[in-house]
Amino acid sequence: MNNEWPLWEIFIRGQHGLSHRHVGSLHAPDAEMAIKNARDVYTRRNEGVSIWVVEAKHIAATAPGDKGPLYEPSESKVYRHPTFFDIPDEVGSM
Amino acid sequence: MANKTEISADQAALFQFLLRMGDNTLVLGHRVSEWCGHAPVLEEDIALANTALDLIGQTQLWLGLAGEVEGQGRDADALAFLRDIWDFRNVLMLELPNGDFGQTIMRQFLYDAWSSVMLGRLIKSGDPRIAEIAEKVSKEVAYHVERSADTVVGLGDGTSESHARMQAALDYLYPYVGEMFLSDATDAAMVSAGLGPDPASLRDEYDLLVGKVLDKATLTLPDGSYTHKGGRTGAMHTEHLGHLLTSMQWLQRAYPNSQW
Repeated sequence: MNNEWPLWEIFIRGQHGLSHRHVGSLHAPDAEMAIKNARDVYTRRNEGVSIWVVEAKHIAATAPGDKGPLYEPSESKVYRHPTFFDIPDEVGSM
Repeated sequence: MANKTEISADQAALFQFLLRMGDNTLVLGHRVSEWCGHAPVLEEDIALANTALDLIGQTQLWLGLAGEVEGQGRDADALAFLRDIWDFRNVLMLELPNGDFGQTIMRQFLYDAWSSVMLGRLIKSGDPRIAEIAEKVSKEVAYHVERSADTVVGLGDGTSESHARMQAALDYLYPYVGEMFLSDATDAAMVSAGLGPDPASLRDEYDLLVGKVLDKATLTLPDGSYTHKGGRTGAMHTEHLGHLLTSMQWLQRAYPNSQW
């Protein structure tokens, strides 16, 4: 039997309107305790209004070795950036 | 308390009541803070430190109001750090040494459950200052009881090792639980003034809450109705309170009025 609690990745939404952001990871025996631990570890200074937890093993990730094929093709395609438009200040962050 | 005659009988009862509330949170807060840096895992270490800080925060409110009611110029700090054993009014369970992690969590749950029921009544206190404190702290206490109850269930209904430790903790601590529900003249004065509940009247709600959690935790209440008592009336404390105060009050005693 494995005596270690599984690892959980923690996502916290700082304020209404912004998306959840990855803040770190912690160990917990189950999802409920992971949320409680996240509350205690990551929201002590009033950082959040919503917590997501996901067991780390359920996150599928890219491999560092695939960097070239995955990302380099976009480097030379400057026209994909909408930098040619004038965006009014009132729009705020996009 | 040399000038105690200057405060009326009602105010004296209120002062005692507030000391009982504040000394409970002060002594338990200090005990829980002893885990800081020693808990079995980082997550529990931070959670216990948070709980300890919450309890110390509650102490500032209760003892702050106690000092105000007493009217002798003592603030929360003076009451916390400059009284000796015989003036403390916490229940005995909270001054016991922490024991193992399971015993600490069991004590926390047995207290949190009482605290949540008690605060539910105090929110309706006729004294707006009491109602305001109860309203404010009941939110964090709702979290405390949820967390300690979950941990009691997790450990009670866990491995044979954790189950045995939680059952041993319950067997050891349960004879101290009854003190939280004993009534005396101070409580009667609080009831007749409409300021607080008769402690005995909290018992049914408490038993229901605790029973549900212990059931899920596959733990069994020990037989017997013997209750250790004396802390909340000041009649007697265990030998452990003196040691706790020695550590907690050392700095203010050695270096009076020092600040940092």
